[in-house]
Amino acid sequence: MTDIPREEYILKCTSACAGCSDSLTLRYVLKAAGPETVLVVPACCTSVIQGIYPNTAMNIPVYNVAFAAAAACASGMSAAFQAAGRKTNVIVYAGDGGTVDIGIQALSGAFERGTDFLYICYDNEAYGNTGMQRSGATPAGARTTTTPGGKAQTKKDLDAIVAAHNPPYMATACASYPKDLFSKVQKALSIRGPKFIHVLSPCPPGWRYSSEKSVEMGKLAVRSGMWILYEREFGKVTINRPSKAAMIRPVPIEEYLEPQGRFKGISPEALAMLRSVAERNAERLKREEEGIC
Amino acid sequence: MLTVATGNKAVATAVKQACPSVVAAYPITPQTEIVEQIAEFVTSGELKSQYIPVESEHSAMAACIGASVTGVRTFTATSSHGLHYMHEMVNWAAGARLPIVMANVNRALGPGWNIWAEHTDAFQERDTGWLQVYVGSVQEAYDATLMAFRIAEHESVLLPVMVNLDGFLLSHSMHPLQTVEIGDFIPPIRLPHAIDTAHPMGYGTLTGPDQYFRLRWDIERSMRDSVGVIRETEREFAKRFGRRYDAVEEYRCEDAEVVVVAMGTLGKEAEVAVDLLREEGVPAGSMRIRWLRPFPRLDLSGRDVVAIDRDYSFGFGGVIARSLAATEGAKPFSVIAGLGGQEVTYDDIAGFVRSRRPGEEYWFGVMPDV
Repeated sequence: MTDIPREEYILKCTSACAGCSDSLTLRYVLKAAGPETVLVVPACCTSVIQGIYPNTAMNIPVYNVAFAAAAACASGMSAAFQAAGRKTNVIVYAGDGGTVDIGIQALSGAFERGTDFLYICYDNEAYGNTGMQRSGATPAGARTTTTPGGKAQTKKDLDAIVAAHNPPYMATACASYPKDLFSKVQKALSIRGPKFIHVLSPCPPGWRYSSEKSVEMGKLAVRSGMWILYEREFGKVTINRPSKAAMIRPVPIEEYLEPQGRFKGISPEALAMLRSVAERNAERLKREEEGIC
Repeated sequence: MLTVATGNKAVATAVKQACPSVVAAYPITPQTEIVEQIAEFVTSGELKSQYIPVESEHSAMAACIGASVTGVRTFTATSSHGLHYMHEMVNWAAGARLPIVMANVNRALGPGWNIWAEHTDAFQERDTGWLQVYVGSVQEAYDATLMAFRIAEHESVLLPVMVNLDGFLLSHSMHPLQTVEIGDFIPPIRLPHAIDTAHPMGYGTLTGPDQYFRLRWDIERSMRDSVGVIRETEREFAKRFGRRYDAVEEYRCEDAEVVVVAMGTLGKEAEVAVDLLREEGVPAGSMRIRWLRPFPRLDLSGRDVVAIDRDYSFGFGGVIARSLAATEGAKPFSVIAGLGGQEVTYDDIAGFVRSRRPGEEYWFGVMPDV
């Protein structure tokens, strides 16, 4: 049984939307990381939910930085702490746009250099902070403000890009499974070098479902196989139990899509694309877990 | 110690002596030799720094920002396109009040590809809140880099400093270099707003108009205060090491009726032109502007002014000429010369003075001879 500390590092009265799973995720991330932590945040929803200067809802130092700069900024910070002999966790907490699109170069550079830090991408599958425009992480068929007819392309495979850098630890998570998220953050921070956690972050206003359903949406994503919980430790893949169960007895994808307004009227072609991406991801992870590839 | 060095080597040597904890490095011609030389110092153990070979200049400045805010000394170097690729973070460094020191080897911007000297690269960054100094010799590149750390980190300044040297003309030419034992000339860095996990704060948080306005005014206040800090630092440097610098280097100006105003190596070339003109009986002098920001005052009253700009602001004019018009009410003969590394000799400069037409603009090598 994982003991999640009672200490809170994200205080009440944030300016997050009702039902925001970004702030829920951050709550568990910080509980796992503890007070000897600096958060590096590029432009994203988390830039806003901290509140307005001179106030902050965060009870750890947060360095806000330009959109494309988070991983590079963290590289400098990590090096400086190393130079000063300080053992402080450096965690980038970035949205999907800041990771898979504008921030991908800095992310790749930091991972290639072996920077000692943890990069967390909380993925609500669009540019949420600016009003839900499509990002590279938006799945096929999803309507956003720049894809009013539904996105024609599939979601960029961020995990495969990160895996190509061969980091010592990478994982996926979702705040609907808080203990799993908590222990993954703790495990990541116990390892030296570049670590990565990709967190699915259901978004009530962006995905257009009612705000009390965020936890349920995350669970449906996992149970339908649209989001697979796994870890890759020093190259070895482990598919986590909720996703193992989902691979044996999945709920239909439609149960995950149906409550979300962004998928309303999705075309059969887009639905087929979603299904095939989910199947391909599952097959690949199963093969990797068995050591076949 | 007297040695011979390129401008790039001189900067790297000064950086080694200032001993930054973190150096971010990305290659670009003609700056590359600076980061190569620093890599040698780090590898040989002469410099104990964390050396981050970043994947872009945007990341070079971002890495310096992340390091600097923990309260350590940082350095990077760039040029031309590199400087502009990091433009967003150049602004961020000043807004975040981080005393980062950066060498910029002045080079033209493409297209077409041109790797030679021009000041437009750094001039386009002049409104970012960085202090900018432009040097005229290899020795000055070394001295200015040492002083840059002390000025940037001064509690009344806490703004980044850019040391500019002309591409190839200084970066790659070998000159005598007198190095110094710096002793306690650069005090240990103390950043009042350094990240402290025991006292958590938000940095760069969403800021409303009223508060943002105050933070901008704070930058300008420090920029104004930096005038005194620069003067005090340059005097202290002269006292300790015997080489004297000012915001503007004046040459034979006491009784001058015509003054050449230029920057960088053109400012040094102008001194030779002044000697030539004096031999002909022309009462000429020269003023080499060293600090572009904060912009200095020049005593131009009652004198003809020939302003040479190795830069241009399209649709407006030579930045130095227009700045002198704005700050001193001057009506300079504005000469645009040396763009993209165009050769400009002291004979050419003497020619500009002889045939000056106050208030007019003249593009050297493009328009018919004056």
